[in-house]
Amino acid sequence: MGNESKIINGWLMLHIALCLIFIFAPIAGSFVFSLNSDRFPSLPLGEFSLEWYRAIWEDPLVWSGFGNTVVVGLTVAVIATTLGFGGAYTDFRYNFFGKSFYLALALLPPTIPVVIMGLAMLAFLSRINLSGSTISVIIAHGVMCSPFAMAIIRLRLSQMDPDLEAASWNLGGNEWATLRHVIIPFTKPAIFAALFITMAVSFDEFAVAWFVSGLNETLPVKILGFLQGQVSPRINAIGSLAFLSSITLIVLAQLLLRNPEAGKK
Amino acid sequence: MTSNAIVKFDNVVKKFGDFVAVERADFEIAQGEFLAIMGSSGCGKTTTLRMLAGLEDPTSGNIYLDGERVNGRATWDRDTPMVWQSLALFPFLTVQENVEFSLKMRGVGKAERSQRARKWLDKMQITEFADRNIAQLSGGQRQRVALARALVTEPKILLLDEPLSALDAHLKVRMQAVLSNLQKDLGITFVYVTHSMSEAFSMADRVVIMSRGQIEQIGTPEEIYRQPHNRFVAEFLGSANIFDAVVEGKAEGGWAVKHEGGSTVIPMAELENAKPGDKITFIVSAENMQLSMPAADHDGIEATVVGDEFVGGTAMIFLETSTGQEIKVQKSHDELSTLNRKPGSKLIVNWTSENCHVLPGE
Repeated sequence: MGNESKIINGWLMLHIALCLIFIFAPIAGSFVFSLNSDRFPSLPLGEFSLEWYRAIWEDPLVWSGFGNTVVVGLTVAVIATTLGFGGAYTDFRYNFFGKSFYLALALLPPTIPVVIMGLAMLAFLSRINLSGSTISVIIAHGVMCSPFAMAIIRLRLSQMDPDLEAASWNLGGNEWATLRHVIIPFTKPAIFAALFITMAVSFDEFAVAWFVSGLNETLPVKILGFLQGQVSPRINAIGSLAFLSSITLIVLAQLLLRNPEAGKK
Repeated sequence: MTSNAIVKFDNVVKKFGDFVAVERADFEIAQGEFLAIMGSSGCGKTTTLRMLAGLEDPTSGNIYLDGERVNGRATWDRDTPMVWQSLALFPFLTVQENVEFSLKMRGVGKAERSQRARKWLDKMQITEFADRNIAQLSGGQRQRVALARALVTEPKILLLDEPLSALDAHLKVRMQAVLSNLQKDLGITFVYVTHSMSEAFSMADRVVIMSRGQIEQIGTPEEIYRQPHNRFVAEFLGSANIFDAVVEGKAEGGWAVKHEGGSTVIPMAELENAKPGDKITFIVSAENMQLSMPAADHDGIEATVVGDEFVGGTAMIFLETSTGQEIKVQKSHDELSTLNRKPGSKLIVNWTSENCHVLPGE
């Protein structure tokens, strides 16, 4: 490696480091202050303390928000991944009139501004008497998360030798048996990745949940409530935990999405 | 349908929209025969195979398998396993699980599955790889897995779609021997699609030559090589000189015909019914051509050397007459040593009557 490229590499590393600092500094700050005994976030730091974690542990409001988030997240992950798989397989397997329109429509939800999405969901769900419940958040998040699942599973299917499916039919497996014994095993890593990512998206989603959740607020909506009431270092503790759970899901998904063939060699 | 035919194509046509992929395929395949379907890409050979496998349905005509009409019967309800060009092995299963696959689809119990798969792993000499992943195998080993997977149900017919095209030359020849012996041992019918003449001619009992959806000729490799039916087949085989000629009249032992640059007598056996003025096309294979240095009174065609090609122990000399007729001559290096064959030099080409073959399809 020449001297010049070493210098360029050095600058690139610095650039990446600065970007990462820029992104993670607020989160790191929040984490540090969540372990600080002082009432207000200021330097120098006070004593190390787990007091704020104890406070949220004992707060029933946090628990109910967390409970709603988990129920919604798990259900949404299953629903969105099922829908996403169906959409992706339809795209892989069939050619039909209006297919590009179908794909555009299926992948549309994430491009809609969340405020508009939330309002539309509220208007629609209240008309059919489904607003203000956990089910309404599940429906809204299901719509928002399915395209993510579909994109991930589509990518995996595009890596499949199209002869595999026909080979299975040719070896005596009918269409259902082939779906079960060939298509699903092949897409399994993407299916799990989609479960984790859709769960993470639902965990973090605030705006739409705020519109449709009513009294069954999810954790992000609860956090806004806390912020409006009083500024408390408890927010830092909740934020740190929420960040930790989301990043865990995303990392799991990324591990699954690494090319498994490349991993074996 | 003759008594020992296992497959019959009865006027089968396959269209994709306006595109005619296969036009009136009409032939039978005998029980235990090794049939090769050969042609360049897009000639309809793979579509023909896929119709037999049940992966495509004919647009019209009938396909009979073992005496039964199978139009519209799904591929999973036929026992017509195929070895794919891409091999299409399941990457998420082990070697043994791949081989067991079709037994599992047919509801065979676990113990029996394992035992039958083992037998085929043994036969293909890949038992030691039974628990490996497909990604850990070499090209030749994967071929064997694909064969074992297709044969595990002990079908009456095996379909092969250019299975050797991805292998290097040496391995290809080895796998050809494996396939040939396997077919003889099992006594089942092989239908082998390929674009390679050497593969088709070295293994098959009979060869079907296709072009643009049509069957140009069906015959044993020997028949096709010695007596190509038409210009397409002759050109496809690549080693014959093709001459257009006009019949002039009876001559001793045959018909005198006039062609580019000279005249020849075609034996009666090649051309029974003819009258003066008939247009015919005949071929002379490159190895039956003679070359000599120009002399005052020669009885051949004068042609200019264009170039030559080294073909192992022989050389292929390419020449052209003054009117543009192309001629190829294949000779050993010894025979050529006395000739001046620099590009641009003139040589005399001739041949004997008995080496002329008339293309009946022209």
